[in-house]
Amino acid sequence: MENIRNQTKIFFLRILNIPFAFLMHAIDLIMWPIQKIIGVRNMPYIFLLPNLIFFGLFVIIPLGANFFFSLSSGDELLFAERELPTTKQYDQLFDCESYLNPNTCTEDFFWRGVYNTIFFVVFQVGLMIFFSVLTAVILNKKIIGRGFFRSVFFFPVLLSPVVVGLIWQWILLKNGAFNAIIESYGGDKVSFLTDPSWAMASVIFVSIWAHMGFYTLIVLAGLQAIPPNLYEAAEMDGTSRERIFFRITLPLLMPNLLVVFILASIKGVQTFDEIYVLTGGGPGTSTSLIVQYIFTTGFASSGSVQNFGLAAAASMVLGVVLLFLTLMQLYFSRNKESKHQEI
Amino acid sequence: MNFKFILKAISVALVSFSLTLISAVSFAATDVRIMWYGDGDKENVPIAAQIDEFNAANPDINVILDIVPYDAIMNTLPIQLAAGEGPDIARVTDLGGLNKYYADITPYVADPSYYEKSFGPFLNWYRKPGDATSIHGFHSTMTVTGPYVNKTLFEQAGVDLLGPGATWEEWAAVSIEVAEKTGTPIPMAWDRSGHRVSGPAISMGAKYFDSNGDPKLVDDGLKAMTQMLYDWHQAGTMSKDLWGSVSGSKYHAPNDWWNAAEVVFMMSGSWQIGRFANEVGDDFDWWAVPAPCGPAACTGMPGGNALLAFNANPAVGKVMDYLSSKEQLSSFIGQVLAIPGHLDLQVDYQTDDPNAKHALNTFAGAVPTIDQVAFDLQAHVDNRIMFNAIISRLGQAIVGEMTMEEAWTRMDEDVEKQLKEKYGG
Repeated sequence: MENIRNQTKIFFLRILNIPFAFLMHAIDLIMWPIQKIIGVRNMPYIFLLPNLIFFGLFVIIPLGANFFFSLSSGDELLFAERELPTTKQYDQLFDCESYLNPNTCTEDFFWRGVYNTIFFVVFQVGLMIFFSVLTAVILNKKIIGRGFFRSVFFFPVLLSPVVVGLIWQWILLKNGAFNAIIESYGGDKVSFLTDPSWAMASVIFVSIWAHMGFYTLIVLAGLQAIPPNLYEAAEMDGTSRERIFFRITLPLLMPNLLVVFILASIKGVQTFDEIYVLTGGGPGTSTSLIVQYIFTTGFASSGSVQNFGLAAAASMVLGVVLLFLTLMQLYFSRNKESKHQEI
Repeated sequence: MNFKFILKAISVALVSFSLTLISAVSFAATDVRIMWYGDGDKENVPIAAQIDEFNAANPDINVILDIVPYDAIMNTLPIQLAAGEGPDIARVTDLGGLNKYYADITPYVADPSYYEKSFGPFLNWYRKPGDATSIHGFHSTMTVTGPYVNKTLFEQAGVDLLGPGATWEEWAAVSIEVAEKTGTPIPMAWDRSGHRVSGPAISMGAKYFDSNGDPKLVDDGLKAMTQMLYDWHQAGTMSKDLWGSVSGSKYHAPNDWWNAAEVVFMMSGSWQIGRFANEVGDDFDWWAVPAPCGPAACTGMPGGNALLAFNANPAVGKVMDYLSSKEQLSSFIGQVLAIPGHLDLQVDYQTDDPNAKHALNTFAGAVPTIDQVAFDLQAHVDNRIMFNAIISRLGQAIVGEMTMEEAWTRMDEDVEKQLKEKYGG
């Protein structure tokens, strides 16, 4: 009886195994001859190959192509039909009477994008760190519904940037929900998205709302890593709350804040989608950042010449900025690791 | 025979079967892919019905209709074509700008003379300079730019509509008067488009080309019209909230405000008739009015969209013949409430809406009054470069990023820069 049960079990397991067996045998059909040729020791390279091919196809080759595009001109897409090599695109990008006044630059849209990006990153990152620390400190306390609030602050991070843009557009439009509330209290409507003096503030606010949860989480992890005995000792000494925060919490949070600063700066420089949906870069060019310039110049020219070369040159400049920020992040994270090891 | 051997044998059989299946599919009906943008269901439903009918009658051809947003036609299609990809046929509005990708379907259409007779003047809009014979497709609908007014608001305000010959300044003045009397927030709204600005600019005397026929954008006529638009924005005649909601050369139409009766006078074009008929309905009476005048003319801009071929083969020719036939085109135009680009087409418009009927008559009547400069501009391969330069720089000036003087200088520089990039030099 036991034997029949076992055999039935084996039979059903074999049936369940059939699809996997088919797959494995199909793979084996390909792998077996390869292994015969290159030997077992070299097989790991074969297994790494698919990933390397995708990495090469979608990262390395486009990077190289982008570099060559930046050294070419014309409105053709294929290299064979483009004028090459030329530094024309870089000359055009950096042709300015005064770098402080975009109106004196040949590519004034690029320089407006640069200044808008700097302004955006400085305020967005600065305010985001401030609010992340504030929120994390509150969420680190034993408040009612702490788990719920932690989730609430993290939820916007899960939303697609396009959804974020559309939601806030609906709220901030002249005929939007927020203005309806203002009007109901007797106030005048505000052009949050179409008045140049409001538009940048609005996109910074929305961007902070959308991304703060992620950075709050990092700061919160840092807060929880601070040894509680330090606080107990400070309390026993009768140290004020402000002093505890500035002398214990903040210094010990600094490595996390550096990570937050660098990650938020990288993300800030790359910002595009939510602003594009929210304001389209307008009014005028007041919320148009570098990535939008690259997108518009290369791909969304609405019938004008699609200047792939100029877009590629601008993206190379952006790439240099991002490389610098990434190296900073690597430097600080390695520094942090070595300090941990020393401890 | 062991189990492993059976599995291997089945695996080999499955792979072979898949390969057989793939090769069998490749011998199926010829696919013809159409990239189509439509103004909502009003246009998408009739074309889809026509395609279904064609597929049913032609089992050897499988027409695939890809309905895409207008942005995809403007921005994605050129990239696809540059990469050697793209559909067999697409509905485009940048008629001259994509001409290097058009395929000549003359050998594959049943009667090339039908295209010449029916779409003659428009065929040149698609052809490369110097080419006078190729057939690349046909005009799906013709459009004329021009204004609409909210007639109900005029009646409520007790202000008479202006007749033919009224100037832009006069229309602005009455629109402000109506807005003030009725408490309407926006006296005047325009599509944010260089094409829309160009008709009025030509009325003000803009020539767009120098004596050699080369693009020369800024002159006194263009300055006069763009200055007027700038002033209207600063004075509140036009709301900065509309053009300010996007940047660069991005198109923006004020339909939402118009539909909500928040606009007295809207500058757009004949393609809106079907949309207004559907979306405004009985909410208010809307009226298309003749193109306002400037010192040089009283003109709108011609335009439209065409179905153009990017591959030439017998299947594409057959699809083009079918869609351009009088019967199909008449049915399509009658349903979408548009002006035909066909020179000899009787259309039975399927609407009882008096506003739509009046608008169709107004725009059809405007065709003979279109200025020659407007036709030349529409036919020029690089007109989009000029349109985009106008709208992006004017947009910047309106929000205070530069003066109008700087904007005009930039407009000319933008055109020069783009032409250099395109043609070298």
